[in-house]
Amino acid sequence: MQHGVYTNLPSLKTVHGHQMKVLVAVKRVVDYNVKVRVKADKTGVETANVKMSMNPFDEIGVEEAIRLKEAGKATEVVAVSLGVAQTQETIRTALAMGADRGIHVLTDVELQPLAVAKLLKAVVEKEQPKLVILGKQAIDDDCNQTGQMLAALLGWSQGTFASKIVPDGDNLTVTREVDGGLETVVLKLPAIVTTDLRLNEPRYASLPNIMKAKKKPIDQLTPDALGVDASPRLVTVKVDEPPKRKSGVKVGSVAELIEKLRTEAKVIP
Amino acid sequence: MSVLVLAEHDNASIKPATLNAVAAASKVGGPVEVLVAGQGCAAAAEAASKISGVAKVLVADAAEYAHGLPENLALLLVELARSRTHVMAAATSTGKNVMPRVAALLDVAQVSEIVEVVSADTFIRPIYAGNALATVQSKDAIKVITVRATGFDPVPATGGSAAIEAVAAKGDAGLSQFKGQELSKSERPELTSARIVISGGRGMQSGDNFKLLESVADKLGAAVGASRAAVDAGFVPNDYQVGQTGKIVAPDLYLAVGISGAIQHLAGMKDSKVIVAINKDEEAPIFQVADYGLVADLFKAVPELDAELAKGR
Repeated sequence: MQHGVYTNLPSLKTVHGHQMKVLVAVKRVVDYNVKVRVKADKTGVETANVKMSMNPFDEIGVEEAIRLKEAGKATEVVAVSLGVAQTQETIRTALAMGADRGIHVLTDVELQPLAVAKLLKAVVEKEQPKLVILGKQAIDDDCNQTGQMLAALLGWSQGTFASKIVPDGDNLTVTREVDGGLETVVLKLPAIVTTDLRLNEPRYASLPNIMKAKKKPIDQLTPDALGVDASPRLVTVKVDEPPKRKSGVKVGSVAELIEKLRTEAKVIP
Repeated sequence: MSVLVLAEHDNASIKPATLNAVAAASKVGGPVEVLVAGQGCAAAAEAASKISGVAKVLVADAAEYAHGLPENLALLLVELARSRTHVMAAATSTGKNVMPRVAALLDVAQVSEIVEVVSADTFIRPIYAGNALATVQSKDAIKVITVRATGFDPVPATGGSAAIEAVAAKGDAGLSQFKGQELSKSERPELTSARIVISGGRGMQSGDNFKLLESVADKLGAAVGASRAAVDAGFVPNDYQVGQTGKIVAPDLYLAVGISGAIQHLAGMKDSKVIVAINKDEEAPIFQVADYGLVADLFKAVPELDAELAKGR
């Protein structure tokens, strides 16, 4: 039907303007304040009855997306998360911060970065955002891979470890935190950005916004529905505790410290 | 079949982390080849050919590799990876940026920041800020790996005489452009390869007060680092940050000054041989990992330390 065809068209603003839809990926991880313990059977770390939170780098990603919208540079902010049912809570946090809606890819399978990138690619193909923001690293597996992998699979540019992003027409200028200092690159949009610590300071969700977030929609998808094989590629053989440092001593003065460093530790001349 | 290591370099010389990556590659088995991709990078290639244990140096010298843009570099690495068993790079900001892109293009997993090679397909890597060590096995045909430099003693930079072979450049992906950089200039050693590191935290109270640490650093030939709190507060630039998501260091001596010792900071320095903590709060967690702890006001203790070191023996 003619009418239906027209209503399926994206808005002219999205197609011709410089405004963009932004997708942010958020991960539910063990809270950064928790001192994790290795399980006795060495299969992993204890996650039962442990406080879970949004990965801190992803909070920065959500904040940045919301700021783009507040500045009139983004039209819509969609928060995506993948994993078990409780992952919805992490999406709700993003919605309470100010994201417009959520997408939850539900699975109980252990998701490794390549699988996450494939699932996100499938979501990107459905949603057609111009920018995807991810945390540079999840503080659980410390992989620092997903953003780069997603950029590769989509054939997009990537601005990793971003401390500043400035959209300008069809380009995005990204200042990156690199080993020697800062580097600035200009990316062709659509692009992937991964956040570093100095990009922004994420807001706390206000109580009214937490209430409002309960009414915001979350679509649920599955890896099967997205046609993605999300099975893990790496086998975790075992997880061990790191070797413990032997306990040290307190010294009473600077003179004693220097003496110990010279004669006992022999690390200074 | 060989192991390919992406060299970290500035066109003129090879960065030290490359030597740790070559050390890891040597433990995998098979000849080790080093790729030097840059523009006007003949001198770096020459230096790479002298690295101990390197069988061959591949050089891709082209404008598209001038700034290590991952979109361009990945196209080259993917091509070279197909005839090799492993592709490795030091887990520097360059390595971390490009290697996952290579892995995804090859449809293989990446093993990030390994600290030990158990066998050709099994590696140990820290997770949860180093509070656990995972032994992981990759069943993929090509292993893409980043190497945590502190896990492997560097191979000697000299003693080798590898052949240098040019490889064809793959062109510009047309996705990104380098615009500029602001690199911190310092006469002091690089943080990640320094024998002694002195770091300051929130307790330093200002960027100006870091001069106290710099003075000590200059007497010890040390590098200066910082905790995240000090960087976030704007005392020092981002490249000073030691920690889970900053730089990982393991010097012979690490002096933590005015640093409380959050898990995230400990992750970046707890493999140091000797740790010294100076903090006025005796309950600070940093004392739990310190070999020598001094409970004192840093503004008294550091100038005193500086003066004592100035005296010499």
